[in-house]
Amino acid sequence: MSIDLSQFFEVFFEESFEGLDAMEAELLNLVPGEEDLETINTIFRAAHSIKGGSGTFGFSSVADFTHVLETLLDQIREGSRDLTAEHVNLLLKSVDCLRALLRALQAEQQPDLTEADELRVKFEEILGMRAASKAPEQAPETVRESSFNTYQIDFKPHHHLFKTGNEPLYMISELAELGELETQAFQDDVPDITNLAPEDCFLSWRFFLTTDKEQSCIEEIFEWVEDDADITITLCGGLFGDEEDVAVETVAEEAAPAQEAEPAVVKAAIDPKKPAPVKAATANAESTSIRVGIDKVDSLINMVGELVITQAMLSQLGEQEITEATIASLQEGLAQLAHNTRDLQENVMRIRMLPISFVFSRFPRLVRDISQKLDKQVELKLLGEQTELDKTVMEKLSDPMVHLVRNSLDHGLETVDKRVAAGKNPVGTVTLNSFHQGGNIVIEIMDDGQGLNTTKIREKAIKNGLISETDDLSDNEINELIFLPGFSTADQVSDLSGRGVGMDVVRRNIEALSGSVEVASAPGVGSTFTIRLPLTLAILDGQLVRIAEHTYIIPLISIIESLQIDISKVSRVGKDLDVLRLRDEYIPILRLYNIFNHKGAIETLDKTLLVVVESDNQKVGLLVDDLLSQQQVVIKSLEANYQKVDGVSGATILGDGRVSLIVDISGLIKLSGLRKPGSQELIIESKANLEAS
Amino acid sequence: MKRILAVDDSASMRQMVGFTLKKAGFDVTEAKDGSEALNIAKQQSFDAVISDVNMPVMDGITLIRELRSLPNYKFTPLLMLTTESGLDKKSEGKAAGATGWIVKPFNPEQLLAVLKKVIR
Repeated sequence: MSIDLSQFFEVFFEESFEGLDAMEAELLNLVPGEEDLETINTIFRAAHSIKGGSGTFGFSSVADFTHVLETLLDQIREGSRDLTAEHVNLLLKSVDCLRALLRALQAEQQPDLTEADELRVKFEEILGMRAASKAPEQAPETVRESSFNTYQIDFKPHHHLFKTGNEPLYMISELAELGELETQAFQDDVPDITNLAPEDCFLSWRFFLTTDKEQSCIEEIFEWVEDDADITITLCGGLFGDEEDVAVETVAEEAAPAQEAEPAVVKAAIDPKKPAPVKAATANAESTSIRVGIDKVDSLINMVGELVITQAMLSQLGEQEITEATIASLQEGLAQLAHNTRDLQENVMRIRMLPISFVFSRFPRLVRDISQKLDKQVELKLLGEQTELDKTVMEKLSDPMVHLVRNSLDHGLETVDKRVAAGKNPVGTVTLNSFHQGGNIVIEIMDDGQGLNTTKIREKAIKNGLISETDDLSDNEINELIFLPGFSTADQVSDLSGRGVGMDVVRRNIEALSGSVEVASAPGVGSTFTIRLPLTLAILDGQLVRIAEHTYIIPLISIIESLQIDISKVSRVGKDLDVLRLRDEYIPILRLYNIFNHKGAIETLDKTLLVVVESDNQKVGLLVDDLLSQQQVVIKSLEANYQKVDGVSGATILGDGRVSLIVDISGLIKLSGLRKPGSQELIIESKANLEAS
Repeated sequence: MKRILAVDDSASMRQMVGFTLKKAGFDVTEAKDGSEALNIAKQQSFDAVISDVNMPVMDGITLIRELRSLPNYKFTPLLMLTTESGLDKKSEGKAAGATGWIVKPFNPEQLLAVLKKVIR
């Protein structure tokens, strides 16, 4: 029977990654000298499982490496070795290393073993097994191998043998499979019926086995009962007298040519596995499977049940004659159906939701490593870890968050001396908090460090030509500048905060998820970065608007207000751009009918509505004929079904079956030429400033 | 059909053992730790139990000791999955009442071959 082991690989990888995560989390909790046994046990078990699995599924590189880890952990577990900080560091490195090895194997690539080998050497030094490098065990092949021998086997089980679960009958059958078997059973010890203990074994045997197998094969059969029986195995040379020697000699002669033939076989065996062609490199690290809690599945099943009931009710109504009464219950049924559908939709979306702890969990390690490197003392607080978020959003959220946390540690928190001098707790605090607000998830990254240095940011911005010296900016506006491309305040480029690839990338990544990022800061008290994201990328709260006879959808999250235009506050800038003075701001007016090329829309400003939207911190007004309803829409990708269209982020299907396009605000701003290429600044703003002055 | 209880905290090992045994014509029940296995074993009867040693909640040695003390499992083959490094585990297991052991890593064929020693 052959079983394809590869079908278990995916499960193995998944659980190994989980095991590594658990190991890492526990290792971070370890304080050498006061470790508790359960923590060590958990770490040990994770390593042990990975070793067992990788050995079984043929990933010997992983198994070999994990073996030294396991040995060390086992010694610590049994108390024969004390845990040191060096061990913890080494183990943490091994976690990373194993992760890399497993990723490579998962992508069906040849793993890079350099780091693993280096780490292994270190482990072996600790374990003192360096000298005893594996001597290749080449047990000299016995010449007797293929000769037939007869063994006498005496097997006298102890009385309790049955109670170990072993069965002499099966052992005898195994023996019989090795060759020709002659069996004698001795019943002498069986007591008479009055004294017979039915659960005990009183029989014993003598076998004569003629076989070409080695003695070890026989020993193996009795391996489990060695201590539960008297077993003697003797080679009966006497039986055949001189014949045996003759047999050995002839065999020895035969063996010689056999050895010559061997290399050829070996060669053939090596060749095919040389450059194992890497299967269509699906090196996609993002996992494609998802673990769903049983309760979520149960509630779905429950809801589908209700849906079926409602459907049955409706179809029953459909068969009746239509009267006033049936219409009323029909309406009731439809309301019920709407309710069921919405519930179902929400719950299906929930399947994609995972607690944000999946992202948060990588930070304790990160903070530990970085604070060691920077020689700062940091306490990391995690709040709202159970807040749920769409899996896709989560996967893309990780990198921007890492960047923000690094920034807080590197730039935000002061060194211990500075903190003490400022009268603060020498241990700095970084807090990650997450909660739901409306249809959004909010993630805050707070530190109690020195806050943003507005003077420095201002200087830098002037130097980089982002603002002019005469610009009068509020502290908030200055803080916003750090999100502009090419901005970095680090006095020198450190390997932590990167090379000016900074906050602008963070903002761009988060905006790609239809989210926003803001900073609030107070000198000496600390700063807070707030990320706001939609709960899911598949559904959007939209405002339906009408332009001529077409319906468009504007994401509700980007709408600030909708208003009727006061024509007296509109002025024209340049050739064809109108701006509206709204309170103290100038809002450029984008005529959507022009941009999307629709005829028949209302063109006079005072008869239409203006929807003020914001994107990338820039406000624009969109001219629409009418505001329709607000509703949740399911986003369909245009790229997947048609092609990318500028100014449109996707489409949806309305209740009446028509397709409606979803307006992409930042794309629209770009499309309308309001933004200079490579600059966040709106052309209009400088123009408006000129006009105002 | 002979019934086997397979106990391992690693899902991939459990699946591999389960799949192999099912394909060989056994009726397999899986459990993820000693405590879960013990509960299942008390409610149903099995012709053999195969258990990992290192598991959370209740380890394999304790499971075997508990099972062996139950009247229903007095003669039942109780096998443990162990690594080559666990030589002392073997004797500890035997003392707890294990019938025998299967050394990890093993492949499906080896598993079935070993199983033939105690269940047919």
